[in-house]
Amino acid sequence: MINLTIDNQQVVVEPGTSILEAAQKVGAKIPTLCYYKDLNIIGACRICVVEVQGARTLIPACVAPVAEGMVVKTATPEVIKVRKLILELILSDHPQECLTCARNQNCELQKLAEEFGIKEIRFAGAKTEYPIDDSSPAIIRDPRKCVLCRRCISVCTNVQTVQALCAENRGFNTLIAPAFNEKLADMECVQCGQCSLVCPTGAIVERDDTAKVWAALADPEKHVVVQTAPATRVQLGEALGAEPGSIFTGQMVAGLRRLGFDKVFDTDFTADLTILEEGNELLQRVTTGGTLPMITSCSPGWIKFCEHFYPDLLDHLSTCKSPQQMFGPLVKTYYAEKEDIDPADIYCVSIMPCTAKKYECQRPEMNSSGYQDVDVVLTTRELGRMFKQAGLDASNLPDEEYDEPLGISTGAGEIFGASGGVMEAALRTVYEVVTGETLENIDFEVCRGLTGVKEATVQVGDLPVKVAITNGLGNARKVLDKIRAGEADYHFIEVMCCPGGCIGGGGSPIPTDTDIRLKRITATYTEDERMSLRKSHENPAIIALYEEFLGKPLGHKSHELLHTKYTSRGVNK
Amino acid sequence: MVACASNASNDELIKQLDKIIDPYRGNPGGLIQVLTKAQNLVGYLPKWVQIQIAEGLGVSLQEVYGVITFYTFFSLIPRGRHKISVCAGTACYVKGTKMVTTTIKDLLDLKPGQTTPDSRFTLEIVRCIGACGLAPAMIIDGKDVHGRLEPELIPAVLEQYA
Repeated sequence: MINLTIDNQQVVVEPGTSILEAAQKVGAKIPTLCYYKDLNIIGACRICVVEVQGARTLIPACVAPVAEGMVVKTATPEVIKVRKLILELILSDHPQECLTCARNQNCELQKLAEEFGIKEIRFAGAKTEYPIDDSSPAIIRDPRKCVLCRRCISVCTNVQTVQALCAENRGFNTLIAPAFNEKLADMECVQCGQCSLVCPTGAIVERDDTAKVWAALADPEKHVVVQTAPATRVQLGEALGAEPGSIFTGQMVAGLRRLGFDKVFDTDFTADLTILEEGNELLQRVTTGGTLPMITSCSPGWIKFCEHFYPDLLDHLSTCKSPQQMFGPLVKTYYAEKEDIDPADIYCVSIMPCTAKKYECQRPEMNSSGYQDVDVVLTTRELGRMFKQAGLDASNLPDEEYDEPLGISTGAGEIFGASGGVMEAALRTVYEVVTGETLENIDFEVCRGLTGVKEATVQVGDLPVKVAITNGLGNARKVLDKIRAGEADYHFIEVMCCPGGCIGGGGSPIPTDTDIRLKRITATYTEDERMSLRKSHENPAIIALYEEFLGKPLGHKSHELLHTKYTSRGVNK
Repeated sequence: MVACASNASNDELIKQLDKIIDPYRGNPGGLIQVLTKAQNLVGYLPKWVQIQIAEGLGVSLQEVYGVITFYTFFSLIPRGRHKISVCAGTACYVKGTKMVTTTIKDLLDLKPGQTTPDSRFTLEIVRCIGACGLAPAMIIDGKDVHGRLEPELIPAVLEQYA
């Protein structure tokens, strides 16, 4: 162990600990900007400098390891002076647009400027001028607001292994962008939005589509329906100032009604439907010698990743649309017929923890109802914005129920939001459908948690079903490479694009870190246990849907409305 | 994949580039070596070359492009037959780097980072070349040092390079 002194306090830490982490142990808060725990520790911005006795210069605390007998001072007048200088230099090349910035009041740079009491910026040097890239339906890149921290590069390269961004040029002229400043929409960016979650400023943000939704709500001709993704109910609270892990299901429903939505439905309903379609597809593939392993297809960032990087494995993807895209066509066919509404007048809004869903709903094949199935997607962050605009204080809203029939769901649909949830939901149903027996313990603990690659074998009747579950695209790559090498003997694989699953999606409230992900996961399983029904095939609204409309899983209508095909895209095209 | 398919020599260049890549295939660690050799082969590093290298070494185009734009040694634009490196070290800067670049601009219509349309000259600005006693100075083709430059001396210097 290493003994050192930080601000006159004795600290004992493991060798290899950084000064920053050691200081946190004794409650000394050292400011950071480029640093991001477990992700980006590169000492680029220098805002974390501290005084180390005997050192020639100030030392960046995030990257400097502790040493025996070290004497550290974290807040001397010299340290404060230098930190302010660094901040002023960063701000001298930063647009002073805080009031109109998407990250106003949720910006790490703004917070630092406030904490250090920056009143004027003494340097009137050159400013970098770059065009905004708004080519993507999901995320907008504004390099003028970039502080060159490289968190986006870290998450895109090391976690997602997409590597859509690089630092080009050097020094003052450094630009974080795709090669040749290519537009995000025209290259292998999967639109997952993880970059927007870790960006400390407003340099990468979600495309704000709230104006479209307000316009639809104001249009008396439109019948505006909304679906809410499983993860949103364990996220919305945070967007409105509540603690991570808060569950706001009923309040979200009530708030959506106050905003003026004609019907408040639930993506959990089509998550249940997905299980019926996908579970039967799996059984069909197993019994008829179809392509195995079959891989889930709920996550549009993952789909785009597979289309770009593993186009040779597209046959492994389930043909099922994602729950969002099953919901869209059902609203504009089944629901429209049932309620005798012209589907042309229906405006279908999704609330998603996801930026890639914005991209997904605009894919040209997603119009099987004869219209664009889902008209617009809002992230959880944008819904939080609408609640604020409407003056809705979610904690004072009543607990209301979703509308019938497309708002009826089970716990199995709810857990789609967490890594392992789709698999667990599928196992709950497949087991009972195949064996005809009631599953005693429906909690498949082996599926749960943040581990990058989870594997299990579950006995279903005579068949030992081998499954794998991955979250974060870097982990998906490990399993995909095994399939390519012919070393994977799984039957079924769940892939979720984002770390932790949708509860950590690119449209989640900011901040989203590992601790917060875990709290949202806990909340998700709490919601699951709260539900009276926890198996998709027991959902009475799903049973009715098949009886009244679809016929049977994988039937003709299902294929028309609920299944899709994929596009080989490749890279560097 | 190839930027200029009508160029008959491109097929040959692709083959030769593949030969350069072969020893490093699937090995991202060879990037700088491959880029250096590729630039010697092609004269610069256009997009099609970068893509071929990225796919050969198993790295993303972003990785390749980031490295190329980091090092001034690598060029995204065609290089001229002669490289003019104007020193912008402290001594030269004080004594007239700007005069040198302005004069060259007037003579050749050439700005730093550019190549003349006849591919005769490429102009670049470099840090101290260690010839402070000769300030302001420039190096041509990485070896010929021309110092104590004045506007009226520069045309004669350039005339030595065809």
